[in-house]
Amino acid sequence: MMSNKKVRLMQGNEACVEGALAAGMRFYGGYPITPSTEIAEISAEKLPRVGGKFIQMEDEIAGIAAAIGGSLAGLKAMTATSGPGFSLKQENLGYAAIAEIPLVVVNVQRGGPSTGLPTAPAQGDVMQAKWGTHGDHPIIALSPSSVRETFDVTVRAFNLAEKYRTPVVILTDEVVGHMREKIEIPDVNDIEIIDRVKPSDDDNYLPYGVTGDELVPPMAAFGDGHRFHVTGLMHDETGFPSNSSENAEKVLDRLMNKINKNLDDIIEYEEYMLDDAQIVILSYGSTARSAKSAVKQLREQGINAGMFRPITIWPFPEEQVRKLSEKVKSILVAEMNLGQVVLEVERIVKGKCEINHIGKANGEVITPEEIASKAKEVL
Amino acid sequence: MLKQTEIRLTGSGGQGLILGGIILAEAAIMEGNNAVQSQSYGPEARGGASKAEVIISNKEIDFPKVVKADIMLSLTQVALDKYADTIKEDGILVVDSSLDVPSDLKAKKVVSIPILNTAKEVIGKSMVANIVALGAIRQLSDIVSKESLEEAVLSRVPKGTEELNKRALQEGYNLVK
Repeated sequence: MMSNKKVRLMQGNEACVEGALAAGMRFYGGYPITPSTEIAEISAEKLPRVGGKFIQMEDEIAGIAAAIGGSLAGLKAMTATSGPGFSLKQENLGYAAIAEIPLVVVNVQRGGPSTGLPTAPAQGDVMQAKWGTHGDHPIIALSPSSVRETFDVTVRAFNLAEKYRTPVVILTDEVVGHMREKIEIPDVNDIEIIDRVKPSDDDNYLPYGVTGDELVPPMAAFGDGHRFHVTGLMHDETGFPSNSSENAEKVLDRLMNKINKNLDDIIEYEEYMLDDAQIVILSYGSTARSAKSAVKQLREQGINAGMFRPITIWPFPEEQVRKLSEKVKSILVAEMNLGQVVLEVERIVKGKCEINHIGKANGEVITPEEIASKAKEVL
Repeated sequence: MLKQTEIRLTGSGGQGLILGGIILAEAAIMEGNNAVQSQSYGPEARGGASKAEVIISNKEIDFPKVVKADIMLSLTQVALDKYADTIKEDGILVVDSSLDVPSDLKAKKVVSIPILNTAKEVIGKSMVANIVALGAIRQLSDIVSKESLEEAVLSRVPKGTEELNKRALQEGYNLVK
């Protein structure tokens, strides 16, 4: 069959924008910061051509706030940032979670803390993505390993945000964001696009009202004519504040259940050579590329190594890792931080297999050789 | 069979090395190969040590960075000194002739040619030094064809500079004869 797909060299950050546009992004609010700047730049160039809006705000806080506003007005909205900007966005990330506003927040991770190493890669914001904003709240975070996957993950981020009325974080890193790879952009018609469910016109609309087992209330756009109150305070189904503990428990249960009861739909991962693996390298984002290369090296040396790569970081693929721990001798977690996902793995595995860690936070990537030699050392 | 070439282009920020890397990678893709281009640079917009890396392969490329280079280009002394020990022992080093090559440098071949001067004096535009260098690298290594390289260069350079860049490529070829 003839294909009109175009093969080209593309940067990760550019693939993010292409994915966002394919998914229907029509609003971008943000403040540029290395190494995410290309996402703002390209969005600024391309959004007006499809009738969308781009706005550069005075800082990162205003950037996410504008994106929240765009989403409330009915548009699919995104903001992108890195380390220091991600810290600033935390308050509004929580706001989007409690007010159930679909939103995509891209964090192209760089070395920290603070302004740290602006041009160097890191994966130090994994725990922040889950716990950075205060209070119990639902969060989805996805981590791509390649340029093509950045496209796919961005489409998915929008779909999940719309489907579950929740903010979705894309946790990429400087390596994946800045590298250029050969990529074939899929045909728009082959991409599944999910739009938020809107209320019917004639009912008495309750912006946070669900019926029966429903977990996600339909969402009206500001300006559609429905009464719609939005607040960061705990609220009842009308959207107006409520201090009732009974209500708070019910609302928070539902918010968490949007994620917890849909794990199969949300969790994605890659398994590589796990069938007979004795040692499994668990890695994600750009580091997983080193992990895969290390697995190949180890296999050549007769060592039964495999790789498990979470693409969905939050919710963490808990069940999958638990099962893995029951059949392998050892799990080696490789990540560009001093120990984050490894904590999650330890919690899940509960001593059923050996766990080791290789971490780096000096701005350099972890090489395949380093992972392979650590694997041999611990086996 | 795996056929993979790892290239590192080094110099200072503003010399167009990242663009050079992109062009090489695009030329390789035109020929049906895989290519990954990555970079590292400091927070400054000009100056500093800059490097662009390209891996060209007929297979899937996992690790996107170059550890030891098959081919390395250096346009500044700072960059050469910093990366001199990252060339493979059977690798090729291409340096601007104004640089001092460390005497203990291990490489199969060291090619010292007047890249910067050719751009500045022969062509009259220092900014095409990256394209001159690409021409020289191609001529030395045959990693991409002349046709693909020219097409890739022309699709990336600003309109109105096509002839200038074609000349830069040609001068690059001529430096290696």
